[in-house]
Amino acid sequence: MDEIQKTLLAEVADLHSVPAGAYNFRVNGQGAGRNTTANIDIVTKEDKPGIDIIIKPGTKKESVHIPVVLSATGLKDLVYNDFYVGDDADVVIIAGCGIHNGGKEASSHDGIHSFHIGKNARVKYVEKHYGQGEGTGERIMNPTTIIEIDENGYMEMDTVQIRGIDSTKRDTRAKLGNGATLIIKEKIMTHGKQTATTDFTVDLNGENSSTNVISRSVAKDESHQVFLSRINGNNKCAGHTECDAIIMDHASVSAIPEITANYLDASLIHEAAIGKIAGEQIIKLMTLGLTEEEAEAQIVNGFLK
Amino acid sequence: MAITGPNGGGKSTLAKMIAGIIKPTSGKILFNGEDITEKSITERARMGISFAFQQPVRFKGITVKDLITLAAGDKLSVSGACEILSEVGLCARDYINREVNASLSGGELKRIEIAMIIARGTSLSVFDEPEAGIDLWSFKNLIEVFEKMHEKNQGSIIIISHQERILNIADRVVVIADGRVVKNGTREEILPELLSANTGCKYFKEDK
Repeated sequence: MDEIQKTLLAEVADLHSVPAGAYNFRVNGQGAGRNTTANIDIVTKEDKPGIDIIIKPGTKKESVHIPVVLSATGLKDLVYNDFYVGDDADVVIIAGCGIHNGGKEASSHDGIHSFHIGKNARVKYVEKHYGQGEGTGERIMNPTTIIEIDENGYMEMDTVQIRGIDSTKRDTRAKLGNGATLIIKEKIMTHGKQTATTDFTVDLNGENSSTNVISRSVAKDESHQVFLSRINGNNKCAGHTECDAIIMDHASVSAIPEITANYLDASLIHEAAIGKIAGEQIIKLMTLGLTEEEAEAQIVNGFLK
Repeated sequence: MAITGPNGGGKSTLAKMIAGIIKPTSGKILFNGEDITEKSITERARMGISFAFQQPVRFKGITVKDLITLAAGDKLSVSGACEILSEVGLCARDYINREVNASLSGGELKRIEIAMIIARGTSLSVFDEPEAGIDLWSFKNLIEVFEKMHEKNQGSIIIISHQERILNIADRVVVIADGRVVKNGTREEILPELLSANTGCKYFKEDK
């Protein structure tokens, strides 16, 4: 791997060297390193680009890193990754994609991730998207995440996109069984003329299933964001969705929550708030000796922390 | 110095003018002999003026520790921040990593606001009604905070207050009404007259 690729890897996966545990590196559309463990197998798909990640039942305290790095301009990368998490497993999965585009043509990565989470299994899934490069070519990412959680399974999905992605359309669809829980925490910051659309659909099919979909975002300059959050309560269940956005400059944000109760004991809540930074917050920090710009940066950093 | 007077008389406006939040329509503001009328909030803060808001501001995601460290100018250790929180009657362990958001009560926010001023340690500290909303925390502690601050910084403290016990520790008392200074003198000169003029509870007292 060259220096640019190493930098991208550090940004998206906090990796400075080869990680412990299972991993699969994908660089410019090609496999660039793999490790499996006694409990976690990684198999290349034969019918389409991508891999199957198979985690044995009962696997505890193990991690899987599957970072993707694109540093060639004009590359259109499409990949299918399927995760099979066995019953009672407890694992951390770290994905993430970094694009460096130094040329004129658009580079894109479309990752389609499917999670099959077994009974009583727990998964923490961390996904970070980052772009850089001096080129005029666009950096595009369109991740799709499909989640099925079996009885009493639990998944927490942390997704972060702070810098450098010109256009993103993020699609997440989940179906939850009895007693299953899904927590989604999204953090997005857009600037320049970037656009970001996120679309979440959670079907609460099982008795006592629950979800919490939380988005915090900052839109700067001329950027535009759309947040769609759809929760369908089809059984005795609890669902909560919350969008909290700061707009700056000439940016715009739309928050579109949609909650549907198809069952008498479904309890669903949505909350959304969009606004600029409160003037009194900036003034307070200025009375502590910060400049207006420093105060804004502190407020935005804290908000997205 | 304590500033007191009726509601709407201009006390908070004066405090905000000192901090640079409101520009005066006429006159000058001198700080240690220097004209600061045209200086920004940031410049005044860096020159050594601190201002505790009457209604503290909430911040999503920013912790108590973040604010106290910013106030101290990054020269503060975690134990230093904890010590300051204890001074304002908050158990540091419970508060240091709390977000300064809607989960804190008005009284808690007020104490954190005072803690920030202690952390700054500047030559002038302005408090706008520091006692308002502080519940279950004895006045004695609040007064000790001011006495300690005065001793440590060797600076000036301006407190806007309606509380007799706070007016009682002031070297000077200024009464502001209708946007003007109507009385300005030592505590001994101003207080007796001010307190005897208070007949608002006459009927209540008679009933008792």
